[in-house]
Amino acid sequence: MLRRVGLRGEAAIVGIAEYAPQRRYSGPRRFMLEQWADLAALALADAGLRPADVDGLVCANVRESEQFVPSTIAEYLGWKVNFAERVDLGGATPVGMVWRAAAAIELGLCDVVVCAAPGRPTPSLPPDQPRMWSPFGASSNVMGSPQAEFDIPFGNVAQNVGYAMIANRYAHEYGYDPRATAKIAADQRTNANAHPDAVFRDVPITIDDVLASKMVADPLHVLEIVMPCAGGAAVVVASKDVVRRTRKRPVYITGFGEHLAHKTPTYTEDVLHTPIGPAAEQAFSMARMKRSEVDCVQLYDCYTITVLLSIEDSGFCGKGEGMRFVAEHDLTYRGDFPVNTHGGQLGFGQPGLAGGFTQVTEAVRQVRGEAGDRQVPDCEVSYVSGTGGIMSEQTALIVQGG
Amino acid sequence: MSTVPLPRPRPIEATEPFWSALRSHRVVLQRCGACATWIHYPRRRCTACTSEDLRWEEVSGHGVVSTFTVARQPTHPAFADEVPQLLAVVELDVGVRVTTTLTGVDPADVHIGMAVVPSFDDGDDGVTLLRFTPA
Repeated sequence: MLRRVGLRGEAAIVGIAEYAPQRRYSGPRRFMLEQWADLAALALADAGLRPADVDGLVCANVRESEQFVPSTIAEYLGWKVNFAERVDLGGATPVGMVWRAAAAIELGLCDVVVCAAPGRPTPSLPPDQPRMWSPFGASSNVMGSPQAEFDIPFGNVAQNVGYAMIANRYAHEYGYDPRATAKIAADQRTNANAHPDAVFRDVPITIDDVLASKMVADPLHVLEIVMPCAGGAAVVVASKDVVRRTRKRPVYITGFGEHLAHKTPTYTEDVLHTPIGPAAEQAFSMARMKRSEVDCVQLYDCYTITVLLSIEDSGFCGKGEGMRFVAEHDLTYRGDFPVNTHGGQLGFGQPGLAGGFTQVTEAVRQVRGEAGDRQVPDCEVSYVSGTGGIMSEQTALIVQGG
Repeated sequence: MSTVPLPRPRPIEATEPFWSALRSHRVVLQRCGACATWIHYPRRRCTACTSEDLRWEEVSGHGVVSTFTVARQPTHPAFADEVPQLLAVVELDVGVRVTTTLTGVDPADVHIGMAVVPSFDDGDDGVTLLRFTPA
């Protein structure tokens, strides 16, 4: 007998909200607490639930408060919650939020959990105000941090070079087909062209366009790297009992996984066996599902190499076969292996920490049948991945229609 | 010229012997006295067995390029003068990997598996960085 780990599959995503991504945000600037309240209201309205129904929240950071973020949010929104969590997993955060919400619900701690990540520009601060953002981005240059001492002084900062070094290592071990990684960007752009909100909805690209675009850090071209934008999203997760009084088709969370082992890839044993491997294995085992039963996959795509490794290590093809798999399959919403049907963050946009939510909301829209021109026919099951840092932390989620 | 100051290492008590050796152009690494595991970056306890008996041992510093990239745009404004940055991970012959940059080599000639040796880069601040150059 297999030991059943984790969820029974009784919690569902019942509401979503998403600010349309914008390259150049022109709307009013709001504080993150204000965006949080706005996104939560929109997601609750989508679900047909009231604020008084909320008894759990999952957040990440907000600019207005370095600490005590959950209580600050609960107070600001007027919520009384039995479960509050702050997740700190970079781009893997949104998927990490959703499974924590589902787990808390199945433990019986709460019935309605709101998860949100605002990502619009905030009002500029007067000079005397503390700055929470470091000029070293996701790297920590604080004394005593290993990165500050052993990585940053060499210029190993931010994400591009880390992913580039993983891609080059892949090329060394398994070979590299630049047209295959470029095809990931091109196929996803086809998907973005079918999404009315995608930042690149009007601009198609070809494999040759990708290969002709500027080299940023070998072998990564600029069209293989996400473009930051404004946006934000929220998701409402609810218990089986609450699902009955919501408005939309429930999207049940039946499997998840999470795995992390390094901050800087230099110090991991094998950069090519990425954390999504064990995370996906757990998710599929928990959901008692085969890879072949998935109708579309929404893979965190900060870079094309992230998608390639996530296809392989999630078990959709063998190790080292990703380049051929991508070349041989149509990754568009019309294709035989639909990937990032909203265009991915490469085509739809990466609204900061909410970037990983774009994969969650797209999975929900596909399973609800709300994906419009890019709808995958009869979509019942979607697999979602989240990735933080430099393949540092990864999360996996399986969702199914109810 | 970049006007942003270069970020420099700020050694702490636990790591000082590593930096001190580099100043005299030697490479020392931690090795666990209990289970013989090599450890980098320096720590207070062994990552394999939690022992606090971590001993400093001198190594050759020879290694191979485990991976690399050529950054065509600066990774941070402070490194604007170093573009193209030849960033690498070098695996030393005792098995640990270090973040570094390669010097004295044309980017087009770098390949994974290339044998490299230390190139000690003495800074005005008394800190020596462990860079590498082809053997």
